[in-house]
Amino acid sequence: MRRTQTATLKIASAVLFLLCLLVAVPLLINATGRSDLYYTLTSVALLSIISAGVWITFYIGRINIGQGAYALTGGYVSAILVMNYGVSFWLTLPLAGLFCAAASVLIGLPILRLRGVYFAMVSLVLTEVARLLALALPITNGASGIVSIPLPSRLSLFGLTLIPDFATLANPRLGFYIASVLLMALCFLGLYRLAHSRIGQLCQSLQQNEELASSIGVNIAYLRVIAYALSSFLGGVGGAMFASISQSIYPSSFTVADSVNFMLNCFLGGLGYVLGPMLGTFVLYFGWDLLFQTGEFQLLIFSTVLIVLMLVLPNGLMSLALPRKRSL
Amino acid sequence: MSDILEIVELTKRFGGLVAVNNVSFAVREREILSVIGPNGAGKSTLFKLISSFLRPSHGEVRLRGERISGLAPHIAARKGVVRTFQETTIFKNMTVRDNVVTAHHLRSHATLAGFYFGSAAARNDLDAFGTSADEILAFLGLKALSDEIASNLPHGHLRALGIAIALATDPAVILLDEPFAGMNHDETRRALEIVRKLRERGITVLLVEHDMPAVMSISDRIVVINFGQKIAEGTPTEIQKNPKVIEAYLGAEDESIGL
Repeated sequence: MRRTQTATLKIASAVLFLLCLLVAVPLLINATGRSDLYYTLTSVALLSIISAGVWITFYIGRINIGQGAYALTGGYVSAILVMNYGVSFWLTLPLAGLFCAAASVLIGLPILRLRGVYFAMVSLVLTEVARLLALALPITNGASGIVSIPLPSRLSLFGLTLIPDFATLANPRLGFYIASVLLMALCFLGLYRLAHSRIGQLCQSLQQNEELASSIGVNIAYLRVIAYALSSFLGGVGGAMFASISQSIYPSSFTVADSVNFMLNCFLGGLGYVLGPMLGTFVLYFGWDLLFQTGEFQLLIFSTVLIVLMLVLPNGLMSLALPRKRSL
Repeated sequence: MSDILEIVELTKRFGGLVAVNNVSFAVREREILSVIGPNGAGKSTLFKLISSFLRPSHGEVRLRGERISGLAPHIAARKGVVRTFQETTIFKNMTVRDNVVTAHHLRSHATLAGFYFGSAAARNDLDAFGTSADEILAFLGLKALSDEIASNLPHGHLRALGIAIALATDPAVILLDEPFAGMNHDETRRALEIVRKLRERGITVLLVEHDMPAVMSISDRIVVINFGQKIAEGTPTEIQKNPKVIEAYLGAEDESIGL
């Protein structure tokens, strides 16, 4: 009985939260006229999707500082498909994710054998490699990047318009905001299911002891690659959406600093909680913006607060809200 | 009784060092066989070779005639040879019960996708895992500790949890890595009882151990390793009388084998 009650409560609060984001926030923004907030909130939604990918790799016990590489790749894949091949943006979204997932399988097979700081170091290099590749490859157009990417076109199924052409929208920002929030909801729904299914339990077994996991018959190499591919898929989708919003993508669109931020988002939110990356991204993004007035001290204050938070709340901000949650 | 596990000319070289040199013996169905030897004799290496945690340089291990050495550990486990670990190798942050439930991986009928979407097979699996985990925990006297976080368990119970995890895989042969190490008299007595009960479940037990009185009291047969080579094999009484063993391994400390 109690279990079904808490489940209902969870679903209810999730729906309420989503309604807030989709209805209340646009109304508030309309009332205050702060339409720049659309862009900020859209960014948070997308960054939290990308960070959710990093969270998955944390869940199998790997510190991933290379998510920027997949976000960048996803952005380029989508931009190139739209610009050079005229593919609908909405189709490039999953394609960008799949491309990144496939690439991550090839990259992951050798590097996922590394653990701890060694994996972290190699993953850190990945972002830089992706940036250099974007500079060097002929198809990515070097340092000038790909610009004037058209807005997403109409998506219809059997003649029924599911998503209107963004170019005809009175407020494409609102369109992007709604699309990103829905994408984020979908992403975290999937992630929640993953973490609370037996797959999550197996991921935890990897995180806590890989040797023991393999001794009970878990194919650890396979599971690691699956988790890493999922992680990169989310990175690719988020990156593709970003490229479309800014209608451009450059080699410097996602850098090492972004990769580090994706990881910090997870840390700050809480590695043991599915919603951790979402909360972490929100707080980190707005925290950074709020500190803008402090000028040259921005980074100093920001990093000090981060260090203190990690010391005081090693399980992340989510542990404040759900202090007694038992691990899986 | 027929042989279930054959170790054939097993050899492992690390650079110039030969850790295990041409060791052959067989383990019979439902027997308790112990491998003993002084420190650095190559017991641990042998143990890892048999559980496929190391690849042999030469020779092989066969389970009912089928080669299981040189594979990945999870494949050896799938074929029915499962090891335990020396120290606190458990899933620390899970509850005791979740440790055992997780370890039922090899009994899954559902696919990963099935588990994700909650297919009928997955739900059946989860029910079966829970029932079986409760049975195993009761069998090993851990029932009362089911909901405890594993890292809070006392030493002796940790070892039992390690065995519970191995049992969850439904093994044909269980490899115990120093199951009595660091235990006091009472804990050892309880651990011996557990090993006997494993055999009653129809499981063949191969253990590597230092604790002489314990090994002598529980083993059907003993294999003695020194400098990577097998120097003796036989029943505990035969081993106690074997001059080679006394000379090479026990020497001055003959009281430690209960002589």
